[in-house]
Amino acid sequence: MAVASDLGRGMRHGDRLARARALHAVFAALLAAVSLTSLGIGATGLTLGDVLGALSGAHALEEIERVVLYDIRLPRLLTGIAVGAALAVSGALLQGLFRNPLADPGIIGVSAGAGLGAITVIVLGGSVALIPSGAYAVPVAAFLGAWGVTFGLYRVSTRGGRTSVATMLLAGIAVAALAAALAGVFIFMADDQQLRDLTFWNLGSLAGASWVKLAASGPAIALAIVAACTLGPALNALALGEATAAHVGFEVERVKTLAILSVALGTGAAVAVSGGIGFVGIVVPHLLRLATGPDHRALLVNSALCGAALLVAADTAARVIVAPAELPIGILTAILGAPVFLWILLRRRGLVDL
Amino acid sequence: MLEAHGIRVALGRREILHSVDLRAAPGALSCIVGPNGSGKTTLLRALTGDARHDGTVSINGRDTARLRAWELAALRGVLPQAATLAFPFTVTEVVRIGLRAGDAGEHAEIAAAALGRVGLAGYAERSYQELSGGEQQRVQLARVLAQVWEPVTEDGPRWLFLDEPVSSLDIGHQIEVMQVARDFADAGGGVIAVMHDLNLSAMFGDRMLCLSEGRIIAEGAPGEVMTDATLSRAYRCRVRVNAVPGEAASFILPHMAQAD
Ligand SMILES: Nc1ncnc2c1ncn2[C@@H]1O[C@H](COP(=O)(O)OP(=O)(O)OP(=O)(O)O)[C@@H](O)[C@H]1O
Ligand SMILES: [Mg+2]
Repeated sequence: MAVASDLGRGMRHGDRLARARALHAVFAALLAAVSLTSLGIGATGLTLGDVLGALSGAHALEEIERVVLYDIRLPRLLTGIAVGAALAVSGALLQGLFRNPLADPGIIGVSAGAGLGAITVIVLGGSVALIPSGAYAVPVAAFLGAWGVTFGLYRVSTRGGRTSVATMLLAGIAVAALAAALAGVFIFMADDQQLRDLTFWNLGSLAGASWVKLAASGPAIALAIVAACTLGPALNALALGEATAAHVGFEVERVKTLAILSVALGTGAAVAVSGGIGFVGIVVPHLLRLATGPDHRALLVNSALCGAALLVAADTAARVIVAPAELPIGILTAILGAPVFLWILLRRRGLVDL
Repeated sequence: MLEAHGIRVALGRREILHSVDLRAAPGALSCIVGPNGSGKTTLLRALTGDARHDGTVSINGRDTARLRAWELAALRGVLPQAATLAFPFTVTEVVRIGLRAGDAGEHAEIAAAALGRVGLAGYAERSYQELSGGEQQRVQLARVLAQVWEPVTEDGPRWLFLDEPVSSLDIGHQIEVMQVARDFADAGGGVIAVMHDLNLSAMFGDRMLCLSEGRIIAEGAPGEVMTDATLSRAYRCRVRVNAVPGEAASFILPHMAQAD
């Protein structure tokens, strides 16, 4: 049994970290494969062969093909990678912070907060005093919305170092409802062009991706992911409660603040470019935990890679299924993610001790 | 040396601890006893810096209020009265959380040795959440032991704060765990343990502090504290020390485990 003994050694007597870290390379390769496939699929006749030829310099592209590849598919691909990674990492971070596998930026209202911030700027930006407009204003407003919700929820649902899951989920529902109501007010006020922009928020899509938007959101997402990846050991300790995390040497308040900021930054920036794409943040970390264990040092990196791969794959599928039209990607991730959420809930009913 | 002066803790409107003074020496096992709600856990939480308090606490001459979390972590380990675990870590992974600095494999021997110390040698790969309550309690102790594995370092003695370390253990494992605490003290470290079992406290402890309604009402060697008067007053029930009941039901004393 060469395989079994290999796995046994990888386990190092109950330590699954080495194996989880070995998977970084596998998932990176998966992401690369999915990305190339995505570049080769679309409404125009540009194929994977053409793309590979162009990237290796063996095959010259026509002008129109160059535009399709470099100004449409490439920014869309990179946006998909950034958004997928941001959502999955934000999910893993929130779950570590709230000590619960059901936390997700979409479910507990963080995305709704970000969306409300973005909608506020889209509708009121430039026309109402003190509210700016432009490519950078949307992600900043989304960040503020996401930060407000995450911070508020943590304050509301944590008492004396213990987080109440029921409070967290119910408060999240209330926040999402409030955000939807306020968004409704803005939609009522919006003109036709703004309405088109707003519809996009509700469904979630990468179709609006552009270099300009990517330049505004990409760095924020990169920063959020880097910050998140430094929190691995602290989140492991936090799984034993805030007091124990402090006992083993972590500055708990700083860890929580940093986690909340990176969730807000990542989710805010992701929502600003792609709208409400749900469930990536719950599906990816959960499956990874089943496969490689909950150690956050590997989980956060693997979540980034797999989240990116999942979203790029879903986006590619969304473009293929009903071609030449395309399905909003948020619909796909919800069809995939909602059953997984229910499955977690049913398998571990004890998680929600209402 | 661990020194605490004038510790007052108020939770909500009530003052739980009323100006408690406490000294504990390294190399000794000090047991804090007292009835439910007398403030034992609160005192321990004040000593470890978890509970907001008036007064000062110093360990090895350093004011703990001025130490950073990681400096304190190098100085002392804390076993809480109850612990929860949010994710399905294995036993080894839980123990390794105590080894903050230790990365993959580096301190793997310590984690394994700590598990062996609490009688869980074969449990490394088991899922923590699928263990029994007593087994979980011993895994937590192994995590704390791993954190302060060497009882004495060049920075001086290290300390163990244990809140009811044997509360859900059978008699065999109670003795095993008390022996771990005893050995830690004998090797030069300091141990403060909150205890409900007076027999074990008297057997293994060097000093005993009896807490009642937020005050220390007696302290000293176990023989000095465990008197009929003190215990009856603290626990509000008539107890008699070192007396064998007449024809009453059978009883067992852990002391026989150490008799030859
Ligand atoms: N968070 C809190 N808020 C208000 N009062 C509290 C809080 N925690 C504990 N208390 C009160 O403080 C008193 C001392 O509690 P503590 O937990 O220190 O008791 P203890 O001696 O450890 O008891 P036990 O033997 O049951 O563990 C109790 O009367 C308790 O009701
Ligand atoms: Mg207690």
